[in-house]
Amino acid sequence: MKSASEPWNEKRTAEIIAEHAGLEGATLVILHALQEAFGYVPEPAIPMVADVLNLSRAEVHGVFTFYHDFRHEPAGRHVLKLCRAEACQAAGGDALAARAEARLGIALGHTTADERVTLEPIYCLGLCATAPSAMLDGRIVGRLDEARLDALVAEAQR
Amino acid sequence: MSLRIFIPRDAGAVAVGADEVTIAFEQTAARRGLTLEIVRTGSRGLYWLEPMVEVATSKGRVAFGPMTPDDVASVLDAMTADGPHLLRRGVAEEIPWLKRQTRLTFARCGVIDPRSVDDYRAHGGYKGLERALTLGTDGILADITTSGLRGRGGAGFPTGIKWKTVAQTSADRKYIVCNADEGDSGTFADRMIMEGDPFVVIEGMTIAGIAVGATKGYIYIRSEYPHAVEAMNAAIKAARKAGYLGEMIGKSKHDFDLEVRVGAGAYVCGEETSLLESLEGRRGIVRAKPPLPAHKGLFGKPTVINNVLSFAAIPFILAGGAKAYAEFGMGRSRGTMPIQLAGNISRGGLFETAFGVTLGELIDDIGGGTLNGRPVRAVQVGGPLGAYFPRALFDTPFDYEAFAARDGLIGHGGIVVFDDSVDMAKQARFAMEFCAIESCGKCTPCRIGSTRGVETIDKIRAGERVSENLAVVEDLCNTMKFGSLCALGGFTPYPVMSALKHFREDFGPAPTRLQAAE
Repeated sequence: MKSASEPWNEKRTAEIIAEHAGLEGATLVILHALQEAFGYVPEPAIPMVADVLNLSRAEVHGVFTFYHDFRHEPAGRHVLKLCRAEACQAAGGDALAARAEARLGIALGHTTADERVTLEPIYCLGLCATAPSAMLDGRIVGRLDEARLDALVAEAQR
Repeated sequence: MSLRIFIPRDAGAVAVGADEVTIAFEQTAARRGLTLEIVRTGSRGLYWLEPMVEVATSKGRVAFGPMTPDDVASVLDAMTADGPHLLRRGVAEEIPWLKRQTRLTFARCGVIDPRSVDDYRAHGGYKGLERALTLGTDGILADITTSGLRGRGGAGFPTGIKWKTVAQTSADRKYIVCNADEGDSGTFADRMIMEGDPFVVIEGMTIAGIAVGATKGYIYIRSEYPHAVEAMNAAIKAARKAGYLGEMIGKSKHDFDLEVRVGAGAYVCGEETSLLESLEGRRGIVRAKPPLPAHKGLFGKPTVINNVLSFAAIPFILAGGAKAYAEFGMGRSRGTMPIQLAGNISRGGLFETAFGVTLGELIDDIGGGTLNGRPVRAVQVGGPLGAYFPRALFDTPFDYEAFAARDGLIGHGGIVVFDDSVDMAKQARFAMEFCAIESCGKCTPCRIGSTRGVETIDKIRAGERVSENLAVVEDLCNTMKFGSLCALGGFTPYPVMSALKHFREDFGPAPTRLQAAE
């Protein structure tokens, strides 16, 4: 199970920022911590980070949008990531990705209408000798085949 | 009756059920009233046998795998009776796939408890640091130079020269940075060693700190590796507690401490200057060189930045192994390389061996060909920026220069095997697409060239003016190769051009004689 995220609130945001602000090059650490708490990085947090770190809003926004990890809105209740890199392609990953898209009725990078499942590509989990691989809410799965994928999709839909 | 068994906690083993197998062992042993001591180790790297469980016997550690929870009861019988079992592989070190390796860097990986400093020390750990403390800067640098170690991240730059450059600078602060942003598909050696023997990375970085006069180090680990992040953090804590990190390490006059930082899903941050930007809390935009990181690196201070495997090779070298290390290998590629066999392969995993082994030996003999039994058509060596090699080039020895001579690279040592169903035009398109997704955007050849590359390959695949468009792709590749700021744009042409050169038939009809004559 994915840990439940708390709703955004300004006070908690300020606490999280203060907790890490003393680190060298703290921006990424803070953005990670905010996402950990809220499930995404809420827009109003950006100027707060900028203010504490004495950076411009544009600078923090630039960092926030540069990295693939940071979410602009909450993900579905479960996040299923499928590895789309070469080692998994070589082991039949393309067909499995297409199958997951068909089963969920969404393309990679999208969330189902009932907000249960977000399906995302990931470029390499480092499980290349037991490919193809996936990650469901932080749990890693290797040697995927149709049956194992279907089970993962079903688990995510529950 | 009591048994001591070893089960990997390595992510690659966990992904195929190591945790479930562990639970089954605990439950079955409890039901039988059997005392079971379970040590969670790293992986030995024999991934086709994972989850591989070992039991301590008078003959050594006997391995069983690949295990499922359903096998646990019968395997436990075989363990207690020292009897036969279908999954019994014999003493782990005697398994031919492991026995024919030369494990210098990975000697302890899969053997020890990665959370225990004592276990690390009991297996020769911290001998390198102890000797480094008696040698001082010049002695350490001499050892590194003697070993012939070259950066294992991919560029192959001599480590001794890099460290010496930083040692010779004077600054109020210097940094040691470990590049653990192992984003190349087909590579997992960094992940394995961080999860299976994290202290060797810590020891290597500490030695670097002593050599160049740095007191602070960062390990930048990609966010896709949560298990490695956890393992490194646990090891850093344990090392601090044991007096191997912090003030006056190992009761010497040197201070050195480490911090893990987690990336955020940007492939380009594996490029060293982009990684430094990211560590500083900025977008991972590549810096122009010079200045080199050795002169102006992290926060503008002199910085040693090396790959995980480079640091992990250091303790063996400093523990009196410099000459022995250099005696392995060929040409200017000295020592051993942890090679990673991946993709559609029968016996995939980590194979550490001296440079010089041929690609054919690695794929056919060691790897056992494809997992599904179809013929091997292409192998990509060195990650998404590495060239595709056809069977005709399988005599290429694993060596920096030999691969360069054949328009390829060994990179971080990953090999991805594809069978005969692969569409090489599609793979070439993917290389361009990946570059377009991951480009940091600073330089035009990479940012625009990759997008134009995708469009043009799409036209070729649709059969649109094939020969003209192939010429465009070639031209784009040349511009990217020579005009890009870093290896992302600069090396993307390797997979594209090699696919074109060796698998031309996948790119639509060959030019007719009439067209060729024009």
